[in-house]
Amino acid sequence: MRFIFKTDYAQDLQLFKHGGQTFWYGALAVALVFVPWLLSPYFVSQLTFVLIYSIVALGLMLLSGFTGQISLGHAAFLAVGAYTESVLAAKGWPFPFSMAAAALTAGIVGVIVGTPALRVKGIYLAIATMAFNIIVEEVLARWESMTGGNAGLQVGPLAMFGWTAQDEREMYYIALVITAIVTLGVVNLLRSPTGRAFVAIRDSEISAASMGISLAFCKSTSFVLSAAITGIAGALYAHRLRIVTPDQFTVLQSIEMLMMVVLGGLGSIHGAFFGAAFVIILPQLIAVAKDYLPPAIGQATGLQPALFGLILVGFILFEPLGLYGRWVKTRTFFQLFPFYRRGMFRRQKVFMKSERLR
Amino acid sequence: MNPMLAVEGLSMVFGGLRAVSDVSFTVRKGEVYTLIGPNGAGKTTIFNAISRIYPPSDGRIFFEREDLAHRGQHEIARLGIARTFQNIELFEHATVLENLLIGRHVHRGTRLWQELVFSPAVRRQELAFREAVEKVIDFLDLAHYRDTRVAGLPYGVRKVVELARALAVEPKLLLLDEPSSGLNVEETDDMAFWIHDIRSDLGITVLMVEHNMTLVSRVSDRVLALNHGEVIAEGTPAEVQNHPGVIEAYLGPAVEA
Repeated sequence: MRFIFKTDYAQDLQLFKHGGQTFWYGALAVALVFVPWLLSPYFVSQLTFVLIYSIVALGLMLLSGFTGQISLGHAAFLAVGAYTESVLAAKGWPFPFSMAAAALTAGIVGVIVGTPALRVKGIYLAIATMAFNIIVEEVLARWESMTGGNAGLQVGPLAMFGWTAQDEREMYYIALVITAIVTLGVVNLLRSPTGRAFVAIRDSEISAASMGISLAFCKSTSFVLSAAITGIAGALYAHRLRIVTPDQFTVLQSIEMLMMVVLGGLGSIHGAFFGAAFVIILPQLIAVAKDYLPPAIGQATGLQPALFGLILVGFILFEPLGLYGRWVKTRTFFQLFPFYRRGMFRRQKVFMKSERLR
Repeated sequence: MNPMLAVEGLSMVFGGLRAVSDVSFTVRKGEVYTLIGPNGAGKTTIFNAISRIYPPSDGRIFFEREDLAHRGQHEIARLGIARTFQNIELFEHATVLENLLIGRHVHRGTRLWQELVFSPAVRRQELAFREAVEKVIDFLDLAHYRDTRVAGLPYGVRKVVELARALAVEPKLLLLDEPSSGLNVEETDDMAFWIHDIRSDLGITVLMVEHNMTLVSRVSDRVLALNHGEVIAEGTPAEVQNHPGVIEAYLGPAVEA
C-alpha cells in the first residue's frame, strides 16, 4: 500500500504521481520504441492500428467519457480527416500541414454539427449525431469529383519534406509520436480549468452553470476538440490503409468507436487505450479461435458481432467501469495482498436524487 | 445601508401555478438574511430566479444595482453570487479538491491553447487556485477529505463540501438553500458557527432558506416569511416568529375556545 505524502501543491500537478509510475511509464515508452524491431511487420501494422484507434478513442473519451455527451457520429469526423488528408496529400502537401488541415476541417465540421446538436441531450444527441454520420456517408458517396464516390480515393504513402515513410515501422513511429502528443494534450487539458469544467458538466449541469461554467461554450469546445482529434486520427488512418472509401465510415464504425470507450472505461485516459487495443485484438483472437472451434460455431456467420455484443453486455452488467476498472481492481488486489476485500469498489448508492432539477 | 441584492415585485408562474407572486425584499451588504416558510412557499423558486435557472415571469432582480435580467445562468457566479443546492449537486466522480477547484473556474485567466500545452501561466494559476482552495479547506476543516472522491462521502460531509465549493468562488453574496437539512444536531451546530464566521470573518453577505428555527434565530439578522408565494412578514427573527400571520401559516388558524 502506497501513501503519497503531499507537501507541495506542485505535486498535484505532476504527470507521474510517484516514482513507481515514472518507472513503469518509462518502461512502457522504451518498450513502445523498441517493439517494432522485435515483431513481424504484420504485428507492427496492427500496433499502428491500435495507436490510430487510441487517438480516436481519446477524442471520443474527451466528449463521452469526460463531458458526458454521447456521439454516434464520430466515424464521420474520421472520414472528414481521412478525406482531407487524401486530397491534400495528393496535392503534395507535407504531412504535418495536411494533418493540421485535416484536424482543422474536422474541427470546423464539429462546430457546424455541434452548435445545434448540443442543444439536445442524451439519446436525442445520439440520434442527431447518427443522422449527421449518415449524411456524411451520402456526401462522400455522391461528391464524386472530390471524393471519388463509392470507389474512393487511393492514398500515397505518408510523405513530408522529401522524406517518405517506406515501411510499417516508419508509419508506426509517426503514429506513436502523434499519439503521445495527443495524449499529453488531453492530459494537460484535464488538469486545467477547462478539463475540470467538462467533468463538472458531466456530473451536474445545473451546478456547473451556477459555478460560472458556460454550458453551451464548454460543450461545443469539447465537441470541437473531440472532432479535431478524430480528424488527426483520420489523417493517419488514410495513410495506414492507403485507400479511403465511404463504407469505412458508416454508423456501424461510430458504434464500434463508442463501444471502444465504454469497454475501455468511461472517464479514464487508460480506458481509451485499453478499449482501442481490445477492439483491434479481439477480431484477431476470434480468427485464431475459429480454427479450434467446432465448425458449427467456428464457421457461423456473424460470430464476431455476436461475441462483441455479448462482451459489451457482460461489461455493462458486471464491470461498468470497463477494462480500466478491472485493471484498477487487479492492481489494488496485488498492492493490498492479502487484504483486498470484494466490496472495496462497490459504489455507494445515493438516494437523494428524487428532486433533482432538470 | 448599502443594498446588495434587491428583488422587486418578483412573480413566478409555472403553468397555472403561481409559485411566487409579487415578492419584494432587499438584502443589505454584510447581513444574514433568511427566507422561511412552509413547504411550497416558493423559497427555492426565488433562489432559482436569482441564479437564473428560470427567468422570472414578472419583476426584476438587481445585484449591486445591476439588473440580472440580461445575464446568463453562468454569468451569475462571475458577478459574485455563489450558491448551494437543497439536495446537494456535487460533482460525484471528482475528488473534494477537484470540486473546490471548479469553484475557482470564474477566476480562470488562461486560454484553451495554453491549457493544451500546460504553459507556465496555467501552472502558476493552478498553484494559485490550490492555495486559495486550501484556505477554504482549512476554514471548513476538510483537510481529511481533500483527495477523497465525493461519491463515497457521508451526507454531512457532502453538505460542507458544497458550502466549501461555493466559498471557493469567493462570492460577495452566498445563497444557501437549506444548509442544515439532513444534518444531525452537532453538524447543525457547526453549520451555525460557519455561517456566522462566513459573515464576520470573510465578510460575505448570506441569503439563506432554512427550516430549523434555532439555526435561523442564531445567525440571521433579518427574516422574511413566505406562504403560498406571498410575503407575510419581515423583521428580526423574534419579530417574525411571533407574527400572527406566521403562526397561522405554520400551525393553522387559531380556534376560538
